[in-house]
Amino acid sequence: MKLITAVIKPHRLDEVKSALQAFGVHGMTVTEASGYGRQRGHTEVYRGAEYTVDLVPKIRLEILVEDDDAEQLIDVVVKAARTGKIGDGKVWSVPVEEAVRVRTGDRGPDAL
Amino acid sequence: MEAADIAFVVICAAMVMLMTPGLAFFYGGMIRVKSALNMLMMCFIATGISSVLWVLYGFSLAFGDSVNGEGGGIIGNLDFIGFKGMLGVEGSETLLTFAVFQLMFAVLTPALISGALADRVKFSAWAVFIAVWVSIVYFPVAHWVWGDNGWIGGLEIDGHEVIDFAGGTAVHINAGVAALAAVLVIGKRIGFKKDPMRPHNLPMVLLGAALLWFGWFGFNAGSELAANGTAALMALNTMVATGTAVLGWLAYERIRHGAYTTLGAASGAIAGLVAITPSGANVNPMGALLIGLVAGAVCAWAVSLKYKLGFDDSLDVVGVHLVGGIIGTLLVGFLAIDGAGGFAQFTLQAAAAAAVMAYSFVVTWIIAKIIDVTIGFRSSEEEETAGLDQAYHAETGYDFSQTGTGSVTVASSVPATTQTAAGDKKVDA
Repeated sequence: MKLITAVIKPHRLDEVKSALQAFGVHGMTVTEASGYGRQRGHTEVYRGAEYTVDLVPKIRLEILVEDDDAEQLIDVVVKAARTGKIGDGKVWSVPVEEAVRVRTGDRGPDAL
Repeated sequence: MEAADIAFVVICAAMVMLMTPGLAFFYGGMIRVKSALNMLMMCFIATGISSVLWVLYGFSLAFGDSVNGEGGGIIGNLDFIGFKGMLGVEGSETLLTFAVFQLMFAVLTPALISGALADRVKFSAWAVFIAVWVSIVYFPVAHWVWGDNGWIGGLEIDGHEVIDFAGGTAVHINAGVAALAAVLVIGKRIGFKKDPMRPHNLPMVLLGAALLWFGWFGFNAGSELAANGTAALMALNTMVATGTAVLGWLAYERIRHGAYTTLGAASGAIAGLVAITPSGANVNPMGALLIGLVAGAVCAWAVSLKYKLGFDDSLDVVGVHLVGGIIGTLLVGFLAIDGAGGFAQFTLQAAAAAAVMAYSFVVTWIIAKIIDVTIGFRSSEEEETAGLDQAYHAETGYDFSQTGTGSVTVASSVPATTQTAAGDKKVDA
């Protein structure tokens, strides 16, 4: 199994979610996150006082998948999340040792 | 007083009442989230304190007969103390209508100052400050300007008299300069000019500005104390000056900072309202457009002064109310209709503004200093850093998570064992 983590622009969440549902993903975990990469932050002005906001809002998606699906699923996420502008985010995967469905106690791919 | 006039002024009084919660929202949205409730409460507490003092002795000091006889009245006598002798006598409907309308001004004026001190003062010290400030600054100044025999109202040069229709000097210059004096005593917020102090809720700021704008029609038009043409002119000018002030502020911002900000639009509206307050009954709508435009653009610049000069006026009470009040008070000197505008009028206006500034600055500085050395004006560093909401009000403004910000236990809802957050803390600092 693999854990796919994607950090994306918040307004792309719906696109990514639909694409993943079409692909056949049953579930995911979504977290509101903040951070920066090459995009850096932006500047806000309040009554003339300028503030540099380093951390911009992002969405962090986590999806557990079987090994065989990982590559293709990453492509689906990347395609749906892409706007072509700086700050589109990142997607990565890591191997997962074990997964358990809490309700039934199913382990491994059965738990997905 | 005619029935129609009583109806008009009492409704206007209710509209002015709405300005204080409006101001609370206007300021409250601008403050950081950790002290949002404290900001609302700093404004709202004035409704209680000023109401009590108004009945006990405030109305009498402000609008009783002057203690020093004809001409040059300094303060009212104690004839109306506890509103005695005001009910069931001839003319009591006029007195009571005027008293309820003017009470709203006595509530709003000290509340205006709170924006300057936001985010760093003890709530109890602030309450004491309001009580003392309205007693020895606001009530006398209101008497000077609006009392039958007040000395500013009685100033005269070549038949010209000071124009302060609804409170440019007594309310806005007074509160603005008091704000400056008070912040010079209490000092800067921790992190001023270093930490970002972003407004936590701009929609709330705009809502507050809108409530203020609405209530201001009562404040300005109601000051005529009669339902007539002057009240109508004042209402019209209140609208158009505020409209151009919004444009003035936004234009300045677009040129200087490159964006049309929501905070700028809301602030521009208040700057325009402040400037038209003294002047609106004495200028034509073209003059009102000009006053609004100047107030919007100049106040947009004036709010940057605190960074250059190094005084921490948290929410720009000086930049908006003092500067806006001066603009309106001085410009009407030139723009007044019916042949009044000119150098003599301008000189009178400047003299009235200077007198109020001098008195209010000195007395406010002394009040703030005495409070600071006796009971202490400032919050502790820990309270200020953690946020004043929890320190003084045992509440948080917003529940950001489903589980709440603290641990919710069954015991905390049982009165006998409510020894959690608030219990072991000295809530009323």
